[in-house]
Amino acid sequence: MSAPAARHEAAESAPALARRSRRGLDPTLLLIAPAALCVLGLFVYPFVYGLALSFQPYGDNEANGPLGSYLAFFGDPRERLSIWNTLRLAVPATFIDVAVALPLAYRLRRPVPGQRALGALFVIPMTLGTVLIAEGMLQFFGPAGWVNKSLLAVGLVHEPVRFLHNYLGTLISLLISDFPAVFLLLLGYAAGIDPALDKAARVLGASWWQRTRRVTLPMMAPGIAVAAALSFVATFSVFPSAVLVGNPAGETRVIAFAAWQAAYERFDYSEGSAIAIVMGVIELGLVAAALSLRAGGYRRMRTEGAR
Amino acid sequence: MTVVARRAPPSRDLGGTLYVFAAGLVVVVVVGGILFSVLLSAFATSWFGGWFPDGYTDRWFRAAITDFDIPQILLSTAFITLAVAAIAVVIGVPAAYVLARRRFRGKAVVQILLLLPLLLPPITYGIPLATMLYEFRLAGSAAGVIIANLVPALPLVVLLLTPFFEQIDPNLERAARVLGASPRRVFTRVLVPLAAPGVLAAALTVVVRTLALFELTFLTSGPDSTTLVVALYYAAFAPGIRPSQQIDAMAVVYMATSLVLLLAALRFVNPTNMVVRVRR
Repeated sequence: MSAPAARHEAAESAPALARRSRRGLDPTLLLIAPAALCVLGLFVYPFVYGLALSFQPYGDNEANGPLGSYLAFFGDPRERLSIWNTLRLAVPATFIDVAVALPLAYRLRRPVPGQRALGALFVIPMTLGTVLIAEGMLQFFGPAGWVNKSLLAVGLVHEPVRFLHNYLGTLISLLISDFPAVFLLLLGYAAGIDPALDKAARVLGASWWQRTRRVTLPMMAPGIAVAAALSFVATFSVFPSAVLVGNPAGETRVIAFAAWQAAYERFDYSEGSAIAIVMGVIELGLVAAALSLRAGGYRRMRTEGAR
Repeated sequence: MTVVARRAPPSRDLGGTLYVFAAGLVVVVVVGGILFSVLLSAFATSWFGGWFPDGYTDRWFRAAITDFDIPQILLSTAFITLAVAAIAVVIGVPAAYVLARRRFRGKAVVQILLLLPLLLPPITYGIPLATMLYEFRLAGSAAGVIIANLVPALPLVVLLLTPFFEQIDPNLERAARVLGASPRRVFTRVLVPLAAPGVLAAALTVVVRTLALFELTFLTSGPDSTTLVVALYYAAFAPGIRPSQQIDAMAVVYMATSLVLLLAALRFVNPTNMVVRVRR
């Protein structure tokens, strides 16, 4: 994908470059100034502001020095637990969605009947958004909803299953709302894999399992890592569904909710910012770890001619 | 020893196809079930024990329209999403052009800064940003909501459009210059027509994402500047105050809005573009 760019840049004639360097600044570069200013003013500055604010504890936390807000968060078992509560949702949701979407995306490289309709079907939940899915689950998965009615009618259970206002409800809502993005990313990667490789392995006598393990999975590895990382980014920030179909006072008191509560219910913007920053650090750390694993794996397993 | 020429077994393909259709069926049942039960409930007089509502009425919609002030919410949702898309495009298109065509010092820094808002959870930068907007007395107004939603929208436009501009042959611009066109003319007569489909797709993607993005609007909106998704959250968050059918009516309004937009978007946008591709 970056090849044409390189060519275009190389295609700039030497005199043009010389002219530009004599003039000092290329006026075209000014076109990027509004975007740069926007990011600096709306993202970097607030972030630095929040960072500074997090080191200026408020109220009772003031006595504990500049780290007071962080100490308050990590010192309180209930607050600390929100990290675990979030990971407990985000990690399984990411793994399940990737595991379900991977064979789907790989198979959909080649045409199946109704390809377009199927593709659209898997993407629909993305446009619905987490709030609508959670709100709709209240009826569908509720004690008198169709899911429980069907389970009771079939005789699988004898009393309604509690799908809502607990861990399970939040996990289900995450699985649904996160699936389309994972699927689309993997589909994009799967489409880039040459089907001839699989065919060649088959002709050479590789079994289904050998082809999957030695050909398909290594080729898909970078895509899997990126899809998992971006899926984790989305699920780690779970908030509305943890409130609407979870139990925000207990098992699904996620870190985003803890940050919101500190800032907007206790009006402790310092601790709210501190929790938000802890959240960002954990998330970026785990994503970086996942992507560096991928870089190592990719180098090891790189196949000639792949991308 | 006899060599048996084994045909590659077709079973794997059959298994894969079956899996695709099974997954499709699960999506139809779960997502369809969710949407359909919301739809039925919104039109139900009451729905307690049975498989289907006891009767049908439109009074929940009439109640929702006045109680939640749906016209006002729709108006501010349209204003906010369109304003975010317009501003993000006006600022983002030139930036994407520069990133596609020029190499300059600090380019990597700019690119990382543009990627970060898409990688961080919205709450992470949303809380400091909202605190700052409150200081400037912008939070609670449409301006504050638009500013907050620009933070992920602008990078999205740049990221979607940079590869798009890379695909446009620079020789076209050079030819126009050689033939005597002024830079402005090159822009309006060459670049804009070539870039229009990509810009439209990026704008629609921003509208769809802003409509569904909850956190930033939630943190910065006031009574007159909520979007549909936040209004729906508040309605669903306080159950018991209003009948669930009325909340479902609100959900149907939201559903209808996003389905209309989705249909519009699918005409112009390849759905793969709605997620950010990390390019290498």
